Amino acid sequence: MDSINQSTVANGFHHLQAAHCENGVTTALLKHYGVHKLTEPMAFGIGSGLFYIQLPFMKVNGGPAISFRTMPGLIFKRTCKALGIPVTRKKYVSPQKAMQELDERLIAGKPTACQVGVFYLTYFPKEYRFHFNAHNLIVVDKQGDDYIISDPIMETLVTMNSYELQRVRFAKGAFAPRGQMYYPGDHLNEATDEQIRNGIISGIKRNCRDMLMIPGSFGGAKGIAYTGRNIKKWKDKLGDDKARGYLAQLVRMQEEIGTGGGGFRFIYGAFLQQAHAYLPMDELLQISQQITTTGDKWRDAAIQASGIYKGRLGTQADYDNMGDRLIEISQLETKAFKQLKEAIKKAK
Amino acid sequence: MKKEEIPQDDGALGRIAKEVTYVVGADGKYETAQSTGWDVKTDALNVAWGEVNSKIEAARQKVLNGEASPLLYFMEKKIMDLSILSAYTGYWKWTIKKHMKPSVFSKLSEEKLKKYAELFEVGVDELKKPFG
Repeated sequence: MDSINQSTVANGFHHLQAAHCENGVTTALLKHYGVHKLTEPMAFGIGSGLFYIQLPFMKVNGGPAISFRTMPGLIFKRTCKALGIPVTRKKYVSPQKAMQELDERLIAGKPTACQVGVFYLTYFPKEYRFHFNAHNLIVVDKQGDDYIISDPIMETLVTMNSYELQRVRFAKGAFAPRGQMYYPGDHLNEATDEQIRNGIISGIKRNCRDMLMIPGSFGGAKGIAYTGRNIKKWKDKLGDDKARGYLAQLVRMQEEIGTGGGGFRFIYGAFLQQAHAYLPMDELLQISQQITTTGDKWRDAAIQASGIYKGRLGTQADYDNMGDRLIEISQLETKAFKQLKEAIKKAK
Repeated sequence: MKKEEIPQDDGALGRIAKEVTYVVGADGKYETAQSTGWDVKTDALNVAWGEVNSKIEAARQKVLNGEASPLLYFMEKKIMDLSILSAYTGYWKWTIKKHMKPSVFSKLSEEKLKKYAELFEVGVDELKKPFG
């Protein structure tokens, strides 16, 4: 793997490693253009990133279609909106034009974010390279035919040549990025405490809505119980082999890079703690602890699931146990977000 | 998750980049730390690859038996399906299905073979004879 020394970047861009790509891109890019107060958890919270949904009747890689996050792109969009930052997002039909316009920004010394597919992402380990198209990275600079890339998952800067970068920008399949690039305005004012406070309040309100008010039985906190009830039927309905594959897929969606179920809960817990500095309400700290607890329970559930897909467990009682764990998490998250909703009403 | 509970197992990603994880420190405050990987995750990933590999093997047998052209084998090898393959090549799905018949595949133009070969990251020769 090529790793680039930080000091080689002429425009002074600082690479930032993050737990989740879109948070990381949002935080690092806004920092570069002048907003230093934002942290990864703050971007995630203001952008209302936490979610849960299992889309019924839909399959991904032949398994259940589960997401632990909001739609790609929303965290950046919402965070910028909350802070009054203009955003440009472009999609392209022509790869040549997409590369040319990126080059023009880089020549002007302006790091720019791109949505890419990971399948042809050369610096990623092969084991992780599925056709997942909602990955985000920042193109920092161009040196000869090499692009300097700040990928929030990586510990250092990496490079791709123009052929490789064009290929991942025009990856195909679900959520095809279509060359998408996005960036905030050039010279941003530091966010005021007032803006961040208001962003926190609206971000929490929106996340409460997403977790509590989505119609239907399969989205938001109650959607977790929907999956839990489904799991109890998997052994009979699908047979052992397929049921194991389904559970492995659930855990992959939960803990994989770019998704993170348990991991997302911990980021949200960190957000509520950091939010307390701008919005001193003790409820935020208490609810942060509750969210931490559900994150831990997500991890415990993943261990139970792994017992099944590793073949150590496999009776109906084991599936029931797994289903009940998600039903319990669903109740705890419903309770935590109801309390958060009540608490945030008092905020001014 | 507490800081001392962070799994430090061997993981494919951890060998290249340790993952940032949010954990609760001794003072109850969140901080970040790194994880090399978690067996529970690695095992889930291995299950997915096991499914991919059995599809690849099934496709390989079909190609060896003359029931399908090598395109089927490479499609499975690249974890693609007809939709993704169609999106990358610009061919209709039914065209690709035809190309997957050995009799049609053997008459494909050099240009079409090259297109597939580039997508599958192999040479045209390997595309035609994947198993030597």
